[in-house]
Amino acid sequence: MKTYLPYITLTILAVLPLLGLSSYWMHIAILVIMWSVIGMAWNLLGGYCGQVSFGHAAFFGVGAYTAAMLYNKLHLSAWWGIPASVFVVALFALLLGYICLRLRGPYFALATLSIGVIMRITAENLVGLTNGDVGIQLDKRTWIDKTWYYYIILLMAVGAFVAVKKIIGSKLGYYFVAIREDQDAAESLGIDTTRYKTIALVISGVITGLAGAFYMNYMGYIDPKVVFALHDISIITIMVVMVGGAATSAGPVVGAVIMVLLAELIRSIPKLGTAHHTLFGVLLIVIIIFLPNGIVGDFSKIRNLFRTRKAAP
Amino acid sequence: MSSIQLEVLLQTLISGILLGGLYALIGIGMTIIMGVMKIINLAHGELMMVAMYIAYVLFSAFHIDPYLSILVAAPALFLLGVAIQKFLINPVLRVEAIIPENQVILTVGIGMVLANLATIIFQSDYRQTPVPYATKAWYLRDYWKDSPVDISLSLPWTVSFTVALLITAGLWFFLTRTDTGKSIRATAQDLDAAQLMGVNVQRMRVITFGIGSALVGTAGCLFIPIYYIYPDIGGQFTLISFVITILGGLGSTVGAIIGGLILGIFESLTATYIGMGWAPVGRFMIFVAVLIFIPGGVASLLRSRKLGK
Repeated sequence: MKTYLPYITLTILAVLPLLGLSSYWMHIAILVIMWSVIGMAWNLLGGYCGQVSFGHAAFFGVGAYTAAMLYNKLHLSAWWGIPASVFVVALFALLLGYICLRLRGPYFALATLSIGVIMRITAENLVGLTNGDVGIQLDKRTWIDKTWYYYIILLMAVGAFVAVKKIIGSKLGYYFVAIREDQDAAESLGIDTTRYKTIALVISGVITGLAGAFYMNYMGYIDPKVVFALHDISIITIMVVMVGGAATSAGPVVGAVIMVLLAELIRSIPKLGTAHHTLFGVLLIVIIIFLPNGIVGDFSKIRNLFRTRKAAP
Repeated sequence: MSSIQLEVLLQTLISGILLGGLYALIGIGMTIIMGVMKIINLAHGELMMVAMYIAYVLFSAFHIDPYLSILVAAPALFLLGVAIQKFLINPVLRVEAIIPENQVILTVGIGMVLANLATIIFQSDYRQTPVPYATKAWYLRDYWKDSPVDISLSLPWTVSFTVALLITAGLWFFLTRTDTGKSIRATAQDLDAAQLMGVNVQRMRVITFGIGSALVGTAGCLFIPIYYIYPDIGGQFTLISFVITILGGLGSTVGAIIGGLILGIFESLTATYIGMGWAPVGRFMIFVAVLIFIPGGVASLLRSRKLGK
């Protein structure tokens, strides 16, 4: 059953648009899939390689701005941003890795956090290039209907899922886990830790950047505050993985479903909308204290909880 | 260089030093927590925001001077820090998890909650405490008639700077002369050895987090007469204190003071000569340069000088 689960999920997802869902639900489905792509990317770096990044919005934003600037400055279709962002984000991630991967653990986390903020400020200030706070808007999105967007992001998700799975099953994946468990021991066994950490960062960044380029095409409008957001992108990315389960292949998907639905639920209740960061923060604290490995990782814990409750009376 | 240009430069340097003194206080709070706990407190700026709102409420409701509100805000923040450490961070230290930076992510969660609660209570407006002495200043020409340049020294900035210096001196006295202070330093140096010598490490952790929060709370009260507040102000101060601790050397108190001064002067220079909006980028450039050229921060330079002798 467990080995077929991804195929079953994929089949259900593939026929989902045929059911004639409303535009709103298609939007939710697209968001869920997009967040699971970003979650998978973060999971590769954070969950498997143990390098917790607080600045994935930087990759997301660079990807989105690559697409936006191709459209705005070179008057190409924003879809060219998807292949172009691979190169731009890879270069950006290499540079970032050169600086930040000298740091370990929490220091790396904070360095990436500041890079996310710096990218936002740079984008706000370089008005000639990015239009600053005004943002960049597509005159017209390619399709009004959401079906094609859905299949494109689904294709990306499948690609990301397979890529992460293949990497984790290969030698590279074992290097990553070795680095996470004990960097000094990994180094003494002859693993070039800086190199493999950089590889993890570049792959993770490129996948996130692709999602960013997709976001630009899908939403048709970006500004620095949206795509370089600390809480609404970087922290949500971490929460998607933490809630779902770090270092599990299904974790980011489960986390994305929960987080997107929760965000929509909170938004739909009036008066609660302003408090959504409080609720997310409390959820994060609760997850860390009680389910540190997420819903998928600590699934047996949850099951035991219900079993003992049933046995008690 | 004409005398006007010289005047601008000197004025910039002076305001940089005054700003740096306050930054140092924020940085010290973070660096002692980092030294003892070995974790980064990402809710540091948010704790400062809480203290600023305490000062704001005291000022607008009871007309209590922001400088006097330190007496309320610092103990309040001490208790808040103790509670966070005791009820949230300590339990997480015992939990087994795949991701090693659990405690850091936890402090992010705490920061989010604090910032959002402030938004709910106070709305996201910019607020100020309009103290009557806000624009008062001393001018050099008033004391020395024929001075070639005229330099002004703002009253609230100077008072804040002096208080920051006094508190830093008090902290130094506490850390080097009292039993508790010595135990804290022992815990920071070697946790196991301190435990073997009979230091109650758990208690030291709680006290340290409290002191770190109280220090940043004091800094908040010193900032409010010269600054404004809004609920999301915390994030930028978390980053500032992080840059200071990297610049100064992780866990080093002297390093944090020097780091704070360097950052203050540098930011003031960026703001005068390049533009206000770019100050955070300047901060980041310092940060990158330090990581590449002096990874151990100022503290490692001081240490190597000592060994060289």
